[in-house]
Amino acid sequence: MPVLRVTDLTTRFNTQDGTVHAVNGVSFDLADGEVLGVVGESGSGKSVTMMSLLRLIPTPPGEISAGQAIFEGDDLLSMDLGDLRKVRGGKVGFIFQDPMTSLNPVVTVGDQIVESLTVHQPGRRKAMRARALELLQLVGIPSPEERLRCYPYELSGGMRQRVMIAIALACNPKVLVADEPTTALDVTIQAQILELVKGLREKLGMAVIWITHDLGVVAGLVDRVLVMYGGQIVEDAPVDEFYAQPRHPYSQGLLASLPSATSPGEKLVNIQGQPPDLRSAPASCSFAPRCPHAFDRCHRENPVLSAVSVTRKVACWLDEVPVLVSAQSDETAEGQAGHGS
Amino acid sequence: MEAEMTVVQEQAPEAPEVPEVPEVLVSVRDLKKHFPVTKGALRRKVGAVRAVDGVSFDIVRGQTLGLVGESGSGKSTIGRTLLRLEEPTEGTVIFDGGDMADLSTSGLRKLRPRMQMVFQDPHACLNPRMTVSSIIGEPLVEHLSMTSRERNERVEELLGLVGLNPEHANRYPHEFSGGQRQRIGIARAISLNPDLIVCDEPIAALDVSIQAQVVNLMEELQDLLGLTYLFISHDLGMIRHIADRVAVMYLGRIMELADVDGLYDNPLHPYTRALQSSAPVPDPAAEAIREKIVLEGDIPSPSSPPPGCVFSTRCPEVVDRCRREVPVWREVAPGHGVACHLVPAT
Repeated sequence: MPVLRVTDLTTRFNTQDGTVHAVNGVSFDLADGEVLGVVGESGSGKSVTMMSLLRLIPTPPGEISAGQAIFEGDDLLSMDLGDLRKVRGGKVGFIFQDPMTSLNPVVTVGDQIVESLTVHQPGRRKAMRARALELLQLVGIPSPEERLRCYPYELSGGMRQRVMIAIALACNPKVLVADEPTTALDVTIQAQILELVKGLREKLGMAVIWITHDLGVVAGLVDRVLVMYGGQIVEDAPVDEFYAQPRHPYSQGLLASLPSATSPGEKLVNIQGQPPDLRSAPASCSFAPRCPHAFDRCHRENPVLSAVSVTRKVACWLDEVPVLVSAQSDETAEGQAGHGS
Repeated sequence: MEAEMTVVQEQAPEAPEVPEVPEVLVSVRDLKKHFPVTKGALRRKVGAVRAVDGVSFDIVRGQTLGLVGESGSGKSTIGRTLLRLEEPTEGTVIFDGGDMADLSTSGLRKLRPRMQMVFQDPHACLNPRMTVSSIIGEPLVEHLSMTSRERNERVEELLGLVGLNPEHANRYPHEFSGGQRQRIGIARAISLNPDLIVCDEPIAALDVSIQAQVVNLMEELQDLLGLTYLFISHDLGMIRHIADRVAVMYLGRIMELADVDGLYDNPLHPYTRALQSSAPVPDPAAEAIREKIVLEGDIPSPSSPPPGCVFSTRCPEVVDRCRREVPVWREVAPGHGVACHLVPAT
């Protein structure tokens, strides 16, 4: 039984320019203790999906129009707001991208950690203070006693992100959702945070959803990869299989466009065209206009995410005939890409 | 590696303006840029942020010098000082044989068309109230005397060059996506046929699939127009792809400077090694066995750099001498320089 099961999640934003279909029928399972990587370009619906799970999107203009998110037997999307509050920051921890804007600038780091404990696990102030100290030690902040009394501006970006992680971990969550937590950091600091999260995950055994656009980060950290495009999951695969043999043409394009996939001096492979306009509900495959293998059916019908093996799911009509096409598609992918812009 | 060599050899005879001996277009010697820190109502100077602190390098015409480093290492300040968007505190910049410090304001203005810049944020660097044709045409108005008809033709030609539809010339920047806006920025930069383009993190704000499009375009234009790039980035993978030579910066100084293959295959400075090992590899099998050097702590403040080697506070191989003596710049192999006490002389 997965710790979190999301089925058919659909989120829209009703704006003056029309309805933006940000998330369109997303379904996935998160197993206990699993690290799930969610990759995709900006606007692909990664963040909105995860924010929708905890109903953190502003409504209006946002609207979660369909779907279920079963966490420990209860549906997060229909439960009472008071109960949901106990889940947010309690059983589900959240780390946001920008540590500067998500910490309160006028409250000390120690008080911000204690605040989270007061809400979810109230106890004696002294005990909570001790727990806050323990958490700062856990996330590897040097001289934690002094840091408890610091304000966020006194800390560097990497230290702030560690504080965010400490707050997210304060109540021993079952699930930790991290929304691009290292994107705003330098590579050497990113390496520190990645090592920290790997260690914490082994120590604490929680499930992690890691949203990123960096395929390098995903490779070293996660167990399973979800690829999102145009508000839908187009591929769901174990990390080794995903990198060895991506099945969806978009996944193939993403991996091929990395500079490390090309030898120096050669042209980079790129995906032609632009990301889709989400102002109309997807009636056909949203990747079809950029897909080198698109055929009639792709422009008429939207493929659903369906299992192609025990461990993998792909939303692509090509996989109706998987064996024949996947062997052929690799060759055509390279041939097509060679044209460049 | 071999592919790159053959490409270079094939191109050399085709392009007539590239002579046999590599011609140095930009030569920077001991460049310093300190920003004053002031205090009180009288704006008394109490210290200085040493953004760039004694940097020397050459850029060969037609080549790309990659500049990598973390935020706060002074990469962008070098780019801006090179173009005289900032006045250097000390040091010389020789552009195409002439010392830029000798130039009068009008002399500098004559030189400006030959050096251009592509900025990081494609949303912020285009005036939202100007059409694409007036954005790209503005340098032409400033520096050339063209009739409006000639100018429109040139704008259409430039739009074609960067892969945009010339019919979109009268649209506004907000009607374009990030990658397309970066193309507009590139069209503006090449409009006056410059020699040098400083590219300040031109792809950092773009998505992966769009990054490849823009980098390919920049490489095509380099071949077509014989451009010289100073390519500033924190993405080591992309630098390896686009650069001929790479300078690694830390806290306002160059730690290591070498040809791209020399730097990536044989990194000498501990910081270069740490930086390379910090960049995650998009391959789970390689990632599992890869040796990782995780640096402790943060980059120190450039207003109070540590004595001795600036990297000594975080260096995993630090010895006593590093904290006392500033390492001198040494060339340890042809074209491969490093500033570190621990690298043996060869």
